[in-house]
Amino acid sequence: MSCANSAHSVVEPSFTSKRIAGAIVILYALITLIPLVWIFLTSIKSPPDSISYPPKIVFTPSLEGYCNLLTTRTRQTPEYIASLPEPTGTCDEVTRKRNMVIAGPSNFLPRFFNSLLIAFGSTFLAVLLGTMAAYGFSRFRVPLADDLLFFILSTRMMPPIAVAIPIYLMYRELGLSDTALGMILLYTAVNVSLAVWLLKGFIDEIPREYEEAAMIDGYTRLQAFRKVVLPQATTGIAATAIFCLIFAWNEYAFAALLTSGSAQTAPPFIPTIIGEGGQDWPAVAAGTTIFLIPILVFTILLRKQLLRGITFGAVRK
Amino acid sequence: MNISNSIVEKAADATAKVTPISVVRRVRGLSDRAIAWLFIAPAIVLLLAINIFPLIWAIYLSFTNYRANRPNAAVEGVGLRNYERVLTDPDIWQAMQTTAHFVFWTIVLQTVIGFTLAYLIDRKFRGHAFWTTIILIPMMLSPAVVGNFWRFLYEPQIGLFAYAVSWLTGIATSDIRMLGDVSLAPWAIIIVDTWMWTPYVMLICLAGLRSIPDYIYEAAEVDRASPWRQFWSITVPMALPFIMLAVLFRGIENFKMFDMVTLLTGGGPGSVTEVASITLKRAAFESWATGRASAFAIVLFVAVFGLANIYVRALNKVKQR
Repeated sequence: MSCANSAHSVVEPSFTSKRIAGAIVILYALITLIPLVWIFLTSIKSPPDSISYPPKIVFTPSLEGYCNLLTTRTRQTPEYIASLPEPTGTCDEVTRKRNMVIAGPSNFLPRFFNSLLIAFGSTFLAVLLGTMAAYGFSRFRVPLADDLLFFILSTRMMPPIAVAIPIYLMYRELGLSDTALGMILLYTAVNVSLAVWLLKGFIDEIPREYEEAAMIDGYTRLQAFRKVVLPQATTGIAATAIFCLIFAWNEYAFAALLTSGSAQTAPPFIPTIIGEGGQDWPAVAAGTTIFLIPILVFTILLRKQLLRGITFGAVRK
Repeated sequence: MNISNSIVEKAADATAKVTPISVVRRVRGLSDRAIAWLFIAPAIVLLLAINIFPLIWAIYLSFTNYRANRPNAAVEGVGLRNYERVLTDPDIWQAMQTTAHFVFWTIVLQTVIGFTLAYLIDRKFRGHAFWTTIILIPMMLSPAVVGNFWRFLYEPQIGLFAYAVSWLTGIATSDIRMLGDVSLAPWAIIIVDTWMWTPYVMLICLAGLRSIPDYIYEAAEVDRASPWRQFWSITVPMALPFIMLAVLFRGIENFKMFDMVTLLTGGGPGSVTEVASITLKRAAFESWATGRASAFAIVLFVAVFGLANIYVRALNKVKQR
């Protein structure tokens, strides 16, 4: 905390205070990481290793969790298994060791695919509508602009469960319940508020003079928007897209209430993975790991834009 | 949109080079005003269809005895009876209290830890950018998926959390039943929420600290203000609007808390972790009391909206100081 005893600027913290600060922050970061590391370690443990006590840090890695995640299995008699032809793959092999045979693929991949489809579909729409609306609000005098913007923001204050009842009824009438289209439209609506607010901030920062110059050169408004504003806003659009993607990817409440089968996404599905006699933790951990990897990558790509995204652009760094 | 765009462009390309702008605009017939509405309308229409229309429908339902599992039964208006039942239901008051308890403790913990971390990271030690990114990871993950895995960490016999606590304190692991013990279960959720969302508060606080200009500290140094004094008279007040903003966003989010609680405890043991969203979900999708659930939803929304508005006023006062 003391910053008076250094030769640098008076506000530059001293070497020791930096070291202490660094040590505390790194300790916190490492504690933060433990659950994540544990998810990964559990995913490469065999089921008995995963529930041994004390928790095992050294163990023989196994792909059983991933095999169990991706397949459904049935228990068979040892005689029957012995009569089968040689196993064709690793998963076959580990499954047979537990007196089971692979019956077919599990629902994980379809659910994961639903997550991809719904997250990317809604992100594309939210960013498209958001960019247009943000440009509209940023460049033109729209009557009641402030009220409209506040209205757009306030839609995020509603608890998802509160609107879930009428949306459930509405979707039932329209035949949209448990469809990917229904979920895409819903997530687009939730995300468009964030997209408008964020992108308005980004577009506000592009000088109007660029478009004016383009229009003097003979471009129309729409051409100026497409050829001058859009390229300038690319970074902002990309950041916004990733935030929308993360929301749609992680969303649980609507997905759990409005989908039950064909359009179910991964978040409601992963907790339902069970093995024989309770939750199959290596399989759950494997599903969780696969599900978290894209987000980990995005977090690292996004760290500079993070602040704007989580505060609706209310705070700039 | 695409079709009209390309036609417009072709026409414009043909004429743009030689014709003054005003003529082009008249030829195309698309005034700036029209473009503005054309651009804004789709977003507004979508929000009206998927946010406002359902909200109005919920308001309507809240005055009826409609049940979603009996769509063909006659719907009758019941006046304010649903609201009366909601506001006098001890279970709902209990759920509101539980919610308030969660919101309070998560905000206190996340603000204190988050601000401390931001203050330390602001020292700009070597590698601070890298470690900051690491700390930010939890808030980007899915509360449901990660919350589900925390159930495993909390298992008394096999979980890492119980093992670590037992190793640190010497309490037997069988006594660390985070999710099964009535007095511990709320804290199990508060811990996960704090793990996930402290980085959020930290990030906003960090922005606040970075916004304080150096010359203020330089002036304080010249005046020989102690570091302690500088902290309380400069750092905290200057960062306060940012801290308050973080509290606002976390407060709204945690008032709606649903996914993490559902997966960690499902509201149990008993109903000690039953927050408002869970009660609402039970009323709406398990008891199918659609009308009453809608009334509760409206009460919740009005409460969040009202509290947020009062809070924003306070925030603006702090900003103006």
